[in-house]
Amino acid sequence: MEAFLHQVLAGLATGGIYASLALALVMIYQATHLVNFAQGEMAMFATYIAWTLVNAGMPYWPAFLLTVGFAFVLGVVIERVIIRPVENAPVLAVVVVFIALLIILNSVTGWIYTYTIKTFPSPFPTQPVFGKYMSAHEGGAIGVTLVVLLALYAFFRFTPLGLALRAAAQNPESARLVGIRVGWMLALGWGLAAAVGAVAGMMVAPIVYLDPNMMGGVLLYAFAAALVGGIDNPAGAVFGGFLVGVLENVLGAFVIGNELKLAVALVLIIGVLVVKPSGFFGKVLVTRV
Amino acid sequence: MALLEARDLRAAYGLTRVLHGISFSMEPGTITTLLGANGAGKTTTLRALCGMVKTQGDIRFQGAPIAGRATEDVVRLGVAHVPDGRGTFVNLSTEENLRLGAYTRKDRHAVEQDLERVYGYFPRLRERRGQQAGTLSGGEQQMLAVSRALMLRPKLMLLDEPSFGLAPLVVKELFGILRQVNESERVSMLVVEQNAAMALDLADHAYLIETGRVVLSGTADEIRRDDAVRRSYLGY
Repeated sequence: MEAFLHQVLAGLATGGIYASLALALVMIYQATHLVNFAQGEMAMFATYIAWTLVNAGMPYWPAFLLTVGFAFVLGVVIERVIIRPVENAPVLAVVVVFIALLIILNSVTGWIYTYTIKTFPSPFPTQPVFGKYMSAHEGGAIGVTLVVLLALYAFFRFTPLGLALRAAAQNPESARLVGIRVGWMLALGWGLAAAVGAVAGMMVAPIVYLDPNMMGGVLLYAFAAALVGGIDNPAGAVFGGFLVGVLENVLGAFVIGNELKLAVALVLIIGVLVVKPSGFFGKVLVTRV
Repeated sequence: MALLEARDLRAAYGLTRVLHGISFSMEPGTITTLLGANGAGKTTTLRALCGMVKTQGDIRFQGAPIAGRATEDVVRLGVAHVPDGRGTFVNLSTEENLRLGAYTRKDRHAVEQDLERVYGYFPRLRERRGQQAGTLSGGEQQMLAVSRALMLRPKLMLLDEPSFGLAPLVVKELFGILRQVNESERVSMLVVEQNAAMALDLADHAYLIETGRVVLSGTADEIRRDDAVRRSYLGY
């Protein structure tokens, strides 16, 4: 029982990280109807920036905030420079651009920092919390995730800019007719998604260690999370993230073993697509033809 | 000085030319209507005015050239477009739709007052303020589209078939309010309509468009008395 509880809590911690990245995927999806395959590598690259800052002697939290800011700018620049020109291109062309972005970021990071695995610091103390069921980093990661999710919710729900972002994603033509600069809203969405991804990267790095391929598995879990919740539903993606995290941990520990953990994500992806393609909370889109 | 002046507008969708040199002008504070059958180019003319379709020709709003400018910039000059199909943000609430109409305004306090003002015009929208806008009836969505445009405090409103798909009583109510807004707030309006009788009752001036050209223009009374218009568009 104790071991089970431990696995569930650890699952919630990684689940929060999947939830953040899943939310980033959903944000881009809502605006472009495409899944940004490079989301994980953008987060990974930002995490290396954080590592550089911390290694240069900067305290953790200023480095954390600076990295989030850097990721935001990186997201905006990527949208403006790379995605904008293919805005009206066929879907497959854009997917190829996403994959190219993934490979470029991965290789550039490897070229700059080498592929050697590095440790990444956690800002939280080393002794366990909640008795001994959960490490302080796991507890802290859940806390940080919740803060990010709440902040995003408040931004989209209660600020005029958040409303404009939702309007631009939903109905670009009408958004232009009320004076919203839709192009910039897209860039802003990319910036926010990249910033959220960077937080996920910095929270997961102490667990999986820092290397250019560290987000490969995480992105897969996040993708499964987004699909489980419904790729067009932010709240669903968050729920999916926690669910996938717990399932992965519990099944990995007691049922299928650690080696097959990643298969949980793949089975979920295929299962959801076959049984309920809209996810648990997604909208079923009916089009009259 | 004319509020809006369009000269020799030409536009095409791909290879299909839709506007073949449309010219018209309207004075501040007036209601002008563009009449014409399906496919005459009325909607395209409105879209051309606010940069939603690639257009050749000269467009001046308050004397300044606006042809080729981005839609967002034209809107910021005070031109509110109530589009064909109403352009509702279907997943947002009624009130969020209205607040988006005032997105470019900085005078927060006046925006709150204007919200009350449009709820005064259309009490039904107040009842439905928290409801998802996509679930409103056609008539309510048209009221919402007009109200959203009013939230801009526009100098000029472009209305694309405001009567389309509405029950006659709703049309009457809507046009009554448009007249009231025009008289009390001096908002100029350019109305595109297939319902020529309703439009001529509302408007001061009218232009008749056939296959992308203006074929007749004058005051609403003159147009109403024109024999050809009476036979083809008014049906008596």
